[in-house]
Amino acid sequence: MSHQYTEMYEQLGMNVELHGQMIEAIHDSFERQVLSQQGRPEGMEHFDGLVEAAHGERVREILDHKKAGGSFIGTFCIYVPEEIAWALDVLPLPLCGGSGFSVPYAAGRFPRDICPLVKSTLGMAFSGCCPFGGIKDMAVGETTCDAKKKTWDVMAVWGVNMHVLEVPQKKNARTVDLWRAEVSEFRDRLEDISGKRLVAERLTEAVRLINRRRKALAELHSFRMEERPPISGTDVLVATQGSLIDDPARCCDRLEALNDELRQRVAQGVSPIPEGVLRIMLGGSPAVMGNWKLHHLIESAGAVVVCDETCTGTRYFAHLVPEIEGDLEAQLSAIADRYLQIDCACFSPNTERIENIVDLAGQFRVDGMIHYVLQYCHGYNIEAITVAEALKEAAVPSITLETDYSEEDNGQLRTRIEAFLEMMA
Amino acid sequence: MTASMTVGIDLGSRTTKIVVLADDAIRSAEVFDTKHDPLDGLSRHLDELPDVPTIVTGYGRHLLSERLGYQAITELSACARGAIHVRPDCRLVIDIGGQDAKVISVTEAGGFDDFVMNDRCAAGTGRFLEVMASALGYVLEEFGAEALSAGSAVRINSMCTVFAESEVVSLMTSGEDRRRIALGLHQATVERVAAMLPPGATDRGAVMFVGGVAKNPGVVELLRARLPAQPIIPEQPQIVSALGAALIAQSAGEERS
Repeated sequence: MSHQYTEMYEQLGMNVELHGQMIEAIHDSFERQVLSQQGRPEGMEHFDGLVEAAHGERVREILDHKKAGGSFIGTFCIYVPEEIAWALDVLPLPLCGGSGFSVPYAAGRFPRDICPLVKSTLGMAFSGCCPFGGIKDMAVGETTCDAKKKTWDVMAVWGVNMHVLEVPQKKNARTVDLWRAEVSEFRDRLEDISGKRLVAERLTEAVRLINRRRKALAELHSFRMEERPPISGTDVLVATQGSLIDDPARCCDRLEALNDELRQRVAQGVSPIPEGVLRIMLGGSPAVMGNWKLHHLIESAGAVVVCDETCTGTRYFAHLVPEIEGDLEAQLSAIADRYLQIDCACFSPNTERIENIVDLAGQFRVDGMIHYVLQYCHGYNIEAITVAEALKEAAVPSITLETDYSEEDNGQLRTRIEAFLEMMA
Repeated sequence: MTASMTVGIDLGSRTTKIVVLADDAIRSAEVFDTKHDPLDGLSRHLDELPDVPTIVTGYGRHLLSERLGYQAITELSACARGAIHVRPDCRLVIDIGGQDAKVISVTEAGGFDDFVMNDRCAAGTGRFLEVMASALGYVLEEFGAEALSAGSAVRINSMCTVFAESEVVSLMTSGEDRRRIALGLHQATVERVAAMLPPGATDRGAVMFVGGVAKNPGVVELLRARLPAQPIIPEQPQIVSALGAALIAQSAGEERS
């Protein structure tokens, strides 16, 4: 199916045959877990296409962008202040792996007890299945968990041009200064690799563009506050995953069109979700492109995911950057301060997140919360206990599901999800 | 045939249980090994069953539901309902089956308001004990009694079925008494399950121990010692979930009529 890109893959030095197998495996999951749903909005077509474009047309666009004088960086976290990159014609692309296919290829060269997201990402590089490895001008890491922190060091030894952002682990006046300095240094690094100077006008434009994307995503997610949501949680996830890798202006157009369609659906009472099904909030670890496992299991058990309290959900779009004009340093501080509001589990304490979850549970009228923990994601795993206690106070039941990208535990997960639903019914 | 006759089928990973209920009385209860082809293994039994409301539960519930059109519920709902029928004062069930270990907080109405299950590995389940009995050369039925006959236990460090088997093999080759190893394995199993108990496990009411492993006197004895109150062990601990499924089929019937 992606023969049109074979030549490009060969030029990028990839393992074309293995990559073909990986794409097939991802498509097989996508068909079973996403395309098989009934009553999907028409506006999903663009986002479905992005699953294929991620390793096809999007790669070509990035190569064209570089040919036209732009730069390209790989990122692994929503803590990377992308506005600064866009304002310097540096295209940032999240490179986190969501497919179980590449996980075994990290074995042997990397310790076993590491989260599947890191292993999937590295496995993609080791197996010659990552189209972006050779074309990125820089990779941007951060300090949001131990596994990632140490991975950056290894990647640097292997010759990757790395830049690591120090995300603080506490929130106070001292760490605000630290983080502002980190953001400023990030600007310097991006100016180096792009050979351009950051100017206030371009930064304002970039802030407006990314705010527009965050607003469109926030609206998309908010449709699930409806008694009968006009879209499934699985589809909202697919659209969100796609938006994070798509060209921002194009994706805003498509998101806004999808939102128009959903607004119409609400007005006409059209919904793929049966009446009276249990409403679930999913929170914790991110579900990046290729990973639709838990949403599929929950929704095929007859519930609906109405809220994603994850980096591929509320955490990405929860706050906007103030649209300041003129003063570049003030803009950079405003950007830094916006990012420091993200309630990642790397913070101690992380009170904002606990309060936010209780708020979301009320806003989305959730019947129960499922803590989603990628295996070995210690931050979210342990924090689930604190969250569960707070939810108990608010009379919202919750369970924790720890899993990886494989499907071998689907039976046990299904039993737990169904039991949780039966318990609440 | 009375109008209130129902069937509950619990298709577990190791054994299948079928209970036929007439009103509140058990008409028949069967326990047999689950075959590699569970449907084929069931067909002879299904032929003999009355054509009455039937609910399926257990690991194979979706298979039966998809192929034969029966309503499926999880083992947790079925077990809670069965337990409250056996003993209305029961508020906590420990269910250790072939590949799952569960602790269920049961409500007076026969539902449940909390539960804990082991994750994907077989640690602390019937499968763990089965593999270990075989590694030590015991038949499963004598394993628990043999363990209890040891004066003291060897501490088993690994709860992973694969690692524990290696540990057992190395202990045997070092000349260790196999009864002491057996006792250590039973202790490890009970510790694993005890870690799943909520705080104040016995405060809400009686505790019941069900599932195939409740037939193992070694686990029963050690669990007794571990709990502040004596656990109830039903006469047929394996059929509680099948019984619960049949009872839920009766309530469903009542709601319809």
